[in-house]
Amino acid sequence: MIRPHRRHPLWFAYLLHRVSGLALALFLPIHFYVLALALTDPSGLDGFLRWTEHPLVKLVEFGLVFLLAVHFFGGLRLLALELLPWSPRQKSLAAGAVAGAFGVSTVFLLNAL
Amino acid sequence: MLEQSILATSVWRGDAEGGEFQRFEVPRRDSQTVLDVVTHIQQELDPSLAYRFACRVGMCGSCAMMVNGVPRWTCRTHVSKVSGNVSGGGGELQIAPLRNLPVIRDLVVDMAPFFDKWTAAEGVFRPSETRAAPMAKVQPGSPARAAANAGIECINCAVCYAACDVVAGNTDYLGPAALNRAWTLVNDARDGGQAERIDAVSSEGGCHNCHSMGSCAQFCPNALNPTAAIAGLKRETVKAKLGWRR
Repeated sequence: MIRPHRRHPLWFAYLLHRVSGLALALFLPIHFYVLALALTDPSGLDGFLRWTEHPLVKLVEFGLVFLLAVHFFGGLRLLALELLPWSPRQKSLAAGAVAGAFGVSTVFLLNAL
Repeated sequence: MLEQSILATSVWRGDAEGGEFQRFEVPRRDSQTVLDVVTHIQQELDPSLAYRFACRVGMCGSCAMMVNGVPRWTCRTHVSKVSGNVSGGGGELQIAPLRNLPVIRDLVVDMAPFFDKWTAAEGVFRPSETRAAPMAKVQPGSPARAAANAGIECINCAVCYAACDVVAGNTDYLGPAALNRAWTLVNDARDGGQAERIDAVSSEGGCHNCHSMGSCAQFCPNALNPTAAIAGLKRETVKAKLGWRR
């Protein structure tokens, strides 16, 4: 359960940034392994790429693109927060990061299907 | 009507070794504050309850407690705002000592670590002139003065300190109040201790530990924004590192 003092938008933005960062860190080794297949096992890579054509995998990729985009936009918000003059619209900017990430990942999904 | 209903109140009883919540039934009254509830318990139900307060009007910063899991100044927190709507009753209240500070007894915490960090953050004014110097001229509308003014109404209640998850995870972290104080002094044109202050706030427990969760600003009873102050300190420490600070 999320404790009462954490139930506000910027804490959820913090949580989302951390969780997305962690998930991407776990994803990257798998990503690099698959890329390495191009050199070590080209037929294995072809098999993997055929597997990724499955709609269910596309749906998971939508989640992956969302995580990447929300971490990217959220990271831009934090860089701006720390290096540019303060903006009082942090909640709107955090919401914008989520909306932007959702938009990017939805466009990806519509293209993929 | 309100006078007849009962507020089911759980109050944390114990000391540094541990403790547990004790239930009290407190008569519900109009315009009742959480501090009124605690005072009723101490005066009418259990005189051994320890708690701290002074001004009762939101100036002294001594009555902050965790109310239903959220840090609040209890003298200015109306029960009707926080107790919820329990049908047929006067609501429920859970009152505990401030988070992130050692408990002395019941609702009283030791504020020493909190104020030690104000000192560690160079939260003290270092005059750049002697008292014989003429009055310093500070333009009230200058950006630096505006930034200082935005943070000087802190009442030292430690609500932000109790709300901060970074403080909870890192006992060396100076915390939002001390860093907010340092930020007001960084923007004080009369202060002569800036290099030491920038060193202090960029040290191991300094401003760069902040994860910008914003809980300090969310719960500050005076609507200050320590998150913005800490972001300002981060900018100044980066500038100092790059040699861009005057």
